[in-house]
Amino acid sequence: MNLTPMDRAGAGRGSFKSYTVGFILSILLTAIAFSLAIQSDGLPHWTVLTGIFGAAVLQILVHLHYFLHLDTSSSARWNILALVITLLIMILFVGLSLWIMANLDYRMM
Amino acid sequence: MTTNASTIDTPAAEEFEHPDSIANQAFGFWLYIMSDLVLFGAIFATYMVLSHNYAGGPTGKDLFHLPYTFGETMLLLFSSATYGLAMLAMHENKKDRVLMWLFITFLLGLGFIGMEINEFHHMILDGNGPERSGFLSAFFTLVGTHGTHVTFGLIWMAVMMTQTVLKGLTPPVQSRLIRLSIFWHFLDIVWVGVFTIVYLMGVL
Repeated sequence: MNLTPMDRAGAGRGSFKSYTVGFILSILLTAIAFSLAIQSDGLPHWTVLTGIFGAAVLQILVHLHYFLHLDTSSSARWNILALVITLLIMILFVGLSLWIMANLDYRMM
Repeated sequence: MTTNASTIDTPAAEEFEHPDSIANQAFGFWLYIMSDLVLFGAIFATYMVLSHNYAGGPTGKDLFHLPYTFGETMLLLFSSATYGLAMLAMHENKKDRVLMWLFITFLLGLGFIGMEINEFHHMILDGNGPERSGFLSAFFTLVGTHGTHVTFGLIWMAVMMTQTVLKGLTPPVQSRLIRLSIFWHFLDIVWVGVFTIVYLMGVL
């Protein structure tokens, strides 16, 4: 298979199969997350939370792989590296904000 | 990424046809998307801090109707898939099919924005606008920022449909369509975070 510029664009060429698989998996994961939330009364709280967040993380991975075509090939290496650094910044951003504000809340009570 | 010495004296139109330039432009756009993710990270952090500050007002349980949100999610998911089909048609150089799928994607995106505006409109009419509580301020900021992104994506898509008609699938147009696809799929990913953290967590 010869490489066109699009193949090296990171968000490069998908196939009909990859879009279909990604689409079906996304629908399934969305349906699982919503039905867990709707039927949350009969289930333990942590089961529902784990299920919802598990489905969200899986769905984000599905989107990255099947729609944005990120993989471990060398053409996507810089995209992945930028994404990993961004995720690190986001985890620090969200995690530390929650920690600081919860701590402040506790001390102001 | 050893392009640049040669592009300095190349005319602008040919620059697009340089084998690496579409890839470089897509990567540059990817870096912009990453900075946008940091923006969303900040707004998500704000929302999570304020999400229980109801100030005696309504909670997520009172406001959110999950089947409605599920409908919005489906519109966005279908639009991601149809944009994918537009990209496949672009690689096969089939202009009419590209236009058809772009148009369907546009309608699905428009449906999403319509549903969101309708939801906002009803909340504000009921006195539950952004001024009601910290929770609602953060809610409108987060969901509204995502909606603004989708709106700009729709404007961009309208421009790209016009360019596809007028210019055909030239390398610059293809390069822009590729970047719009990154933007559109990225908005779907952010929406996964929004419906999980705002709507699903909100009704638990």
